[in-house]
Amino acid sequence: MAGVTVARRSIVPTAQGGTAVFDLARQSVRDLNDFLHHKLGDTKKVRVLNPDGAHAIAVGVDAPVEIDIEGHAGYFAAGMNKRARLTIHGNAGPAVAEGMSSGRVHVKGFASVSAGAAAHGGLLVVDGDASLRCGISMKGIDIVVGGSVGTYSAFMAQAGRIVVCGDAGDALGDSLYEAVIYVKGKIKSFGADAHEEPMTDADYTAVAELLKEARFDHDPRGFKRVASMRSLYNWNADAKQEY
Amino acid sequence: MCGIVGLLVKNPRMRDRLGEMMVPMLVGMTERGPDSAGMAVFTKPLAAKHRKLSLYAGDGEFDWAGFEKKAKQALKGELSLAVQANHAVMETSVDPVKARQWVHDRYPELHVLSVGRSIDLYKDTGMPAEVAKRYGFEKLRGSHLVGHTRMATESAVTPAHAHPFTAGEDFCLVHNGSLSNPFSIRRKLEPLGIHFDTDNDTEAACRFLEWRMREGDDLKAALQKGFQELDGFYTFLMGTRDELALVRDAFSCKPAVVAETDDYVAISSEFRSLAHLPGVKHASLFEPKPEEMYVWRV
Repeated sequence: MAGVTVARRSIVPTAQGGTAVFDLARQSVRDLNDFLHHKLGDTKKVRVLNPDGAHAIAVGVDAPVEIDIEGHAGYFAAGMNKRARLTIHGNAGPAVAEGMSSGRVHVKGFASVSAGAAAHGGLLVVDGDASLRCGISMKGIDIVVGGSVGTYSAFMAQAGRIVVCGDAGDALGDSLYEAVIYVKGKIKSFGADAHEEPMTDADYTAVAELLKEARFDHDPRGFKRVASMRSLYNWNADAKQEY
Repeated sequence: MCGIVGLLVKNPRMRDRLGEMMVPMLVGMTERGPDSAGMAVFTKPLAAKHRKLSLYAGDGEFDWAGFEKKAKQALKGELSLAVQANHAVMETSVDPVKARQWVHDRYPELHVLSVGRSIDLYKDTGMPAEVAKRYGFEKLRGSHLVGHTRMATESAVTPAHAHPFTAGEDFCLVHNGSLSNPFSIRRKLEPLGIHFDTDNDTEAACRFLEWRMREGDDLKAALQKGFQELDGFYTFLMGTRDELALVRDAFSCKPAVVAETDDYVAISSEFRSLAHLPGVKHASLFEPKPEEMYVWRV
């Protein structure tokens, strides 16, 4: 891929419709994010070399740009993303794609804790496992995990969908609101107010669509639906208030 | 917040490069722990009756030559001293309890940081790069090491409060997180005659685990009891004469990542301080799972 290497602290000379290349071994994340926020012009593609676990790579992007992160990302990669399509060709640190509202984030390796936390929209795909608290407090994002998710996943999840092709850890969907979780493998335990419900035709269609978008090959008929019992929605004055 | 680093070289040829490989790991965790740093390195064990004591003299001038002379006269055994700034490693054939007591009684200003046949320990306040330079970390040799960068959250910033903590012989522990019951652990151990050097929460975990092992538990059994008794947030990395061990609490809020190749096992709070290691791009990488024990033997 022919790219234009961007010199540190320079105004970025991207070729029209071309690719900008940032090398984080020589350039700062601040320069990269400044370019992504203010200097994209008509750049269609950005490659980030040697990410080496740096924090906050490509946070706050609001443009229909394709971003390839060629290695492992640290905390908060692709946070608050709008419209951009990011691929992390490695593992992601804590809180990847947190607060995303649209676009697509694809983690080719595994994702650390709190993947897709509090995100309003867009699609997060994790090819490997996602660690604890995947989709915590999510508000509309779709998350598809090729592997398993850790304990407390979908904790207080308000809206959106999670598809888990592997297993789920303890306390899945604790204090769940209206988000729905689909799990193919074993569920170690449900959190408070979460339970398994029968799959409907709409659920099979939803799972099939999400798997297709994530490019995973599984039979939707193998998935279970987990949703809220809604018993925590209203205060129960008759319950023993013991702690 | 704190940073932890650990390295165990499987390839014996890499033992001479242990310090050189580790310094960028430690310095890479500066943002997680800029106030103090420490390093325990495990070398080839001394003969069965010999011990080494890592000694720390604090900020002031210290007459190490005078100390060595008096120690040789008083302790009546083989004794040698290797001095590095305000730190020295004393090797001796004298009974370690006796040697330690003598240091404590005659030189109360000296701190005994570690005792064992294999462990050397350095810790001090300051930025990790400064501490590494002060004690020549890049020249350290050995089979495995445990390091820490500290951002204090619950007790004072002093050399004694820096990690690693030690208890007994050839055992050390570093901690990222905070314990919520260190004082109840302490109230349990002190009546058994276990002495604490500081009011730091990590010291309680270190002394608890060493106490369990002295009572006959192996490392894994001790850690299992630790899961039951130690409450709070933690990623612990521990070193013994021939092992590195890593555990995380049930919530796993404190990060850790492991990179393993044919040549080494490297552990850090974050990948960014492993990124320089040879062959790391093709290493097997994983995040340790909550309440699972990871133990690597030399």
